[in-house]
Amino acid sequence: MILIGEKVNGMFKVIGKAVAEWDPRPIQDMAKQQETAGAHYLDINTGPKAEDQVKTLKWMSEVVQEVTDLPLCLDCTNLDAVEAALKILKHPGMINSCKCEQNEIDRLFPLAVEHQAAIIGLCMNNKGVPKSAEDRAAFAMELVANADAYGLPFEDLYLDPIALPVNVAQEHAVEVLETIRQIKTLSNPAPRTVIGLSNVSQRTPHRPIINRTFAIMAMAAGLDSAILDVLDEPLVDAIATARLIMNKDIYCDSYQKVFRQHSI
Amino acid sequence: MRQSKGIEKERSFIMALQIMKERNTGKINTVTIGATQEQGGTRTSVVTVGGDTALPFLQFEGNFPNQPVIAMEVQSRVPEQWNEIVKEPFADVLSDPAAWAKKCVEDYGAQLIYLKLSGADPDLENYTTKQCVKIVKDVLAAVGVPLIVVGCGNDEKDNQVMPAVAEAAAGENLLLGVAGKDNYKSIVAAAMVHHHNVIALTPCDINICKQLNILITEMGLGLDRIIIDPGAGALGYGIEYTYSILERERLGALQGDSMLSTPVIASVGYEAWRAKEANAPENEFPSFGKQAERGILWEAMTATALLQGGIHIIVMRHPEAINLAQKNIAELMAPQAI
Repeated sequence: MILIGEKVNGMFKVIGKAVAEWDPRPIQDMAKQQETAGAHYLDINTGPKAEDQVKTLKWMSEVVQEVTDLPLCLDCTNLDAVEAALKILKHPGMINSCKCEQNEIDRLFPLAVEHQAAIIGLCMNNKGVPKSAEDRAAFAMELVANADAYGLPFEDLYLDPIALPVNVAQEHAVEVLETIRQIKTLSNPAPRTVIGLSNVSQRTPHRPIINRTFAIMAMAAGLDSAILDVLDEPLVDAIATARLIMNKDIYCDSYQKVFRQHSI
Repeated sequence: MRQSKGIEKERSFIMALQIMKERNTGKINTVTIGATQEQGGTRTSVVTVGGDTALPFLQFEGNFPNQPVIAMEVQSRVPEQWNEIVKEPFADVLSDPAAWAKKCVEDYGAQLIYLKLSGADPDLENYTTKQCVKIVKDVLAAVGVPLIVVGCGNDEKDNQVMPAVAEAAAGENLLLGVAGKDNYKSIVAAAMVHHHNVIALTPCDINICKQLNILITEMGLGLDRIIIDPGAGALGYGIEYTYSILERERLGALQGDSMLSTPVIASVGYEAWRAKEANAPENEFPSFGKQAERGILWEAMTATALLQGGIHIIVMRHPEAINLAQKNIAELMAPQAI
């Protein structure tokens, strides 16, 4: 299970303030904390307030790379910003994300191939998130076909079936689980799957338990990675335990600790 | 014209065959045994094992910077129980560990000596710590190859002897054995203080194997100083359990599980020569064929099967079995062009 730490994001107060003041310290501290907690990638998001996305995403990537060797997941809807940041990555990173819109695919897939980056493909288009698993899987198939056409290795394609908050879009969660199952049958080797885990609990007063429960259900359906709160220790413990039960990691009494030391 | 078209067709068919290569993220650690004068020891050679980045000998998808090595077994007492066939090559030196080790290196080309302090056993000669230390020093003086030193198997005695051995041989970068789940602290502490490596032994249990590595590293000994012994079974006596554990361990290591990425040692000579089939005389079991050949092959086959599982240090006894295993290793390490 590939853990993508979500916390270097301008939406969070501390990081938002650091971005506004061009203060690298809080950003670097958060990066290190997530690395210690077991993150494999660090998501980098300027937040909506950054005036110059290109400059900000690049700067954030630079300062994070000063303190960690973890690969970065460039989380930005501004494609110019993503392209500029890709160029300065020390280790092959991840592009977050590409909707199932041909113009986006045509721009981002070649970039991913060129920089040996992974790319998150969203099972949606400009019209929004589909409701059924079938419609999500149709988008997934289109993204897989494009990966093949552009020579992007299927293992580098992370398909995101889009998890929505369970309090307002309750009927989506089970469709997401079914989409994950279907995605794993689309090609050989199969594309990888990813979700923005914290989305599922947005604006509910029970976030940790909802996140944990959904993470494990999604793993059982074939989830390979998630953008999540890696500082939530019980969540990471639950993920480590789910991996044991699925016989993905070899049991030992200290398995929770060992899981956090896993490299990818 | 027709013929050349045929060749072209054939060629395009060959071009279409894609070699499937696994992309591994993890690798086996490297461990070095022995230290030369510049490194603070007195060895004339050192041995490095591990570093593999793929399944055993799959050179087309990974690197194998170090080939598996064979350590020849020497005991600190005359091993009366050994089969005559195994004793015969060492007949003149069995009562003198230093001369025995020298013979292994000079006559049989041993790259490593595995010295078992069997005479320390309270039920046998019950050698004192001082006597054991002297034996180790004598062997160090007699040969220039790196040494593996293991106790007699009695925890209480080994806990007295091994720290003294570690201290007396400080700087030689020995491989010391054995640390077990219920008795690892004193040997690991001794290895840390005097800069030696340690064998972590678990009886055919990968979960405990992994946990023992964790316990040892939590004491502060680096992963690059641990070699695991999976508790091998010989051919016909549980080798398949060992084999599957080795494979599982290798796969774990290649997938990035650092606590399974330690190189592996196996007591092939001891296990193989315990088998009835290695020892039973031909007149008692005519259908088994000649005992001498059979025993040698029993040891060699155990070694070659475990090599396919991914062992790095093979502890062996009979020079002819060793020859066969060495030939096999040389063939497996020859570069394969795919």
